Amino acid sequence: MNKKILSLLSQNARLGAEDIATMLGMEPQQVAAEIHEMEQSGLICGYKTVVDWDRLESAYVSAVIELKVTPKVGLGFEEIAERVMHYPEVEAVYLMSGAYDLSVMVKCKTFQQVAMFVAKELSTIESVNATATHFVLRRYKEFDVELTNSDTDDRGNYLL
Amino acid sequence: MIDYDKVLTPTVRATPPSGIRRFFDIAAQMEDVISLGVGEPDFPTPWLVRSAGIRSLEQGKTKYSANAGILPLRQELAAYMQRKYDLTYDPEREILVTVGGSEAIDLCIRAVVAPGDEVIIPQPSFVCYEPLTRLAGGVPVIIETRAEDDFKVTPQQLKAALSPRTKALVLPYPCNPTGGIMERADLEALSEVLKGTNVLVISDEIYSELTFGRRHVSPASLPGMAERTVVINGFSKNFSMTGWRLGYACGPAPVMKQLTKIHQYAIMCAPTTAQHAALEALRSCDEVVAAMIDQYDMRRRLIVAGFNEIGLTCREPAGAFYAFPSIAVTGMTSEEFCEKLLYAKGVAVVPGTAFGKGGEGFIRASYCYSADHIKEALRRMGEFVRSVAG
Repeated sequence: MNKKILSLLSQNARLGAEDIATMLGMEPQQVAAEIHEMEQSGLICGYKTVVDWDRLESAYVSAVIELKVTPKVGLGFEEIAERVMHYPEVEAVYLMSGAYDLSVMVKCKTFQQVAMFVAKELSTIESVNATATHFVLRRYKEFDVELTNSDTDDRGNYLL
Repeated sequence: MIDYDKVLTPTVRATPPSGIRRFFDIAAQMEDVISLGVGEPDFPTPWLVRSAGIRSLEQGKTKYSANAGILPLRQELAAYMQRKYDLTYDPEREILVTVGGSEAIDLCIRAVVAPGDEVIIPQPSFVCYEPLTRLAGGVPVIIETRAEDDFKVTPQQLKAALSPRTKALVLPYPCNPTGGIMERADLEALSEVLKGTNVLVISDEIYSELTFGRRHVSPASLPGMAERTVVINGFSKNFSMTGWRLGYACGPAPVMKQLTKIHQYAIMCAPTTAQHAALEALRSCDEVVAAMIDQYDMRRRLIVAGFNEIGLTCREPAGAFYAFPSIAVTGMTSEEFCEKLLYAKGVAVVPGTAFGKGGEGFIRASYCYSADHIKEALRRMGEFVRSVAG
C-alpha cells in the first residue's frame, strides 16, 4: 500500500504509472505493480469521471433519503444496508449517527420515479420505520471538484 | 508645456521596465496559450489564514498598527525564526514587519547605500536588487553565478567583487530563477571572506520553506554572521499569500532602528488585516505548508525529468519553484527561444536574461501549475525543440 500513489490517483485518476513514478522518485514498474496490487486487493475500488450532469437537458434527479430502521438482532444494520444498496437507483448508502440511521443517495430520471422508488421499494421494507426524502436542487461541488466555477487562472504574468 | 525630462531624474528614466512584459503582452493576444511564467503559488491562501483576516475585519481591527507591526506578530515571528532556522531575535528591537519582502529589500539598500557605494549582487536573480541600488545612487557589482557551481556564489567570486566601497552583499537564496541554494559549507566559505569587513549581508530568504529534502540554512545562523546580516523573508511564497503584501526583516538592532525610520516615514505600517492573518499562518499552518511543499516537490521532479527528456538539460533545482533548463541545444538566444516558442507552440516561459546577463542560454519555467498543465507545456516544448534542433 502506498499512500502517496493513492493520494495522487484520488486527485487525478488518469495519471499514468510513468508520471507517478517520476513525481515520487520511484521506478515505473514498481508503481504499476503497487497500483495493480491495490486494485486486486480492493483498496482501489474503481475509476470514474466527475460529470456536471446539470449541464445536460436530460439531467438526473437526485435525492438524499433518510431511513429510520429497526436493526436486526445479530445482524445490526448490515442486512438492511445490503438490501438497499443493491437497487440500481441507489448511488451511495451510509450508516449515520444522529436522528436517523441510513442515508441513501438515489438517482432517477424524474421526480416521479424517485417518489415511486421511495413509496414502493424503500418504505415497504419491513424494518424501515420512517423515510424522509430531500431532493437535490443544485450541485455546487462533487468529489472535491467545484462544478460552478470555470477554472480560470487569474494570476498575472508579473516578473517575480 | 512641462518638460518631463527636466522633472524626472536621469536615474529613474534610465531604469529599464521589467524585461518580460513584451512576451506576456503578445501572449495575452493569442489563443490557447499555456504559461509557465507565473512566479506565484497556485494554491489559495490556507483557509485558516483567510478566516483570521476576515475575523479581524469583523472585529474592526482596521486601524494603523505600530510602525514595526503588531507586537504579537513580531513575537510569533521571533518564535518561528528560532524554531525553523535557529535564529534568535528580540521582537521589540530586531524585527520589522514590511509591505512584502520587496519593501524590506528597498529599506536595507536605502539605509546602507550612499552615492557611489557598491552593492554586490549575484545574478541570475530576482529583478529588483539592481534597479533599487541604482535608485539609491549606488553601484551594482554583479557576480555571475555559473551552472557548473549550481548557481552558488563562490568565495573566489566574492573576494574578487569586494572593494573598499562595498557596503552590502545580496544573498538571494533559495534563488529565483535558478533554484540554487547555499548550503552550510558554502555559507561558511563566504563568511570567512566577510570576516573583518564592514559589509552587510542582505539575505533574501523569501523561498526559505521551499527547499526539498533538506532544511534551509540562513547565513545569519553561522557563527559571527548575525551581527552583519539582515534576514528578509515574507508570507507570499511560503504561505501562498502574495496578494496580502506582507514581509519582514530581522537584524541587529542598530540597523533595524534605521530601517524602521524609513519605513515609518514612507509606509507608516504594513496592512493591519494582513498582519492578523499572518499571525494565524505562523501559528497553525505547518501541516498545510508541508502539504504544499509535497506538491511542489512532485511537480519539480516531473518538470525536471520532462526537460531532460526533450533535450533541454536541466539541473535539479534544490529550492524555490522554478526550473532553469539550458537551451544551448537549440543554438538560440534566450529571447529568441521564448519568442519563437510562444508563436510556434503557444507556450510562455521567461528568458533567463530577464534575470541578468548571466541568464543567457537559459529559460525560467515555473512549476506552480497542476501536473496536467506542466505535462501539456512539456509536450509542446518537446515538439518545438525537435523542430528546431534538427
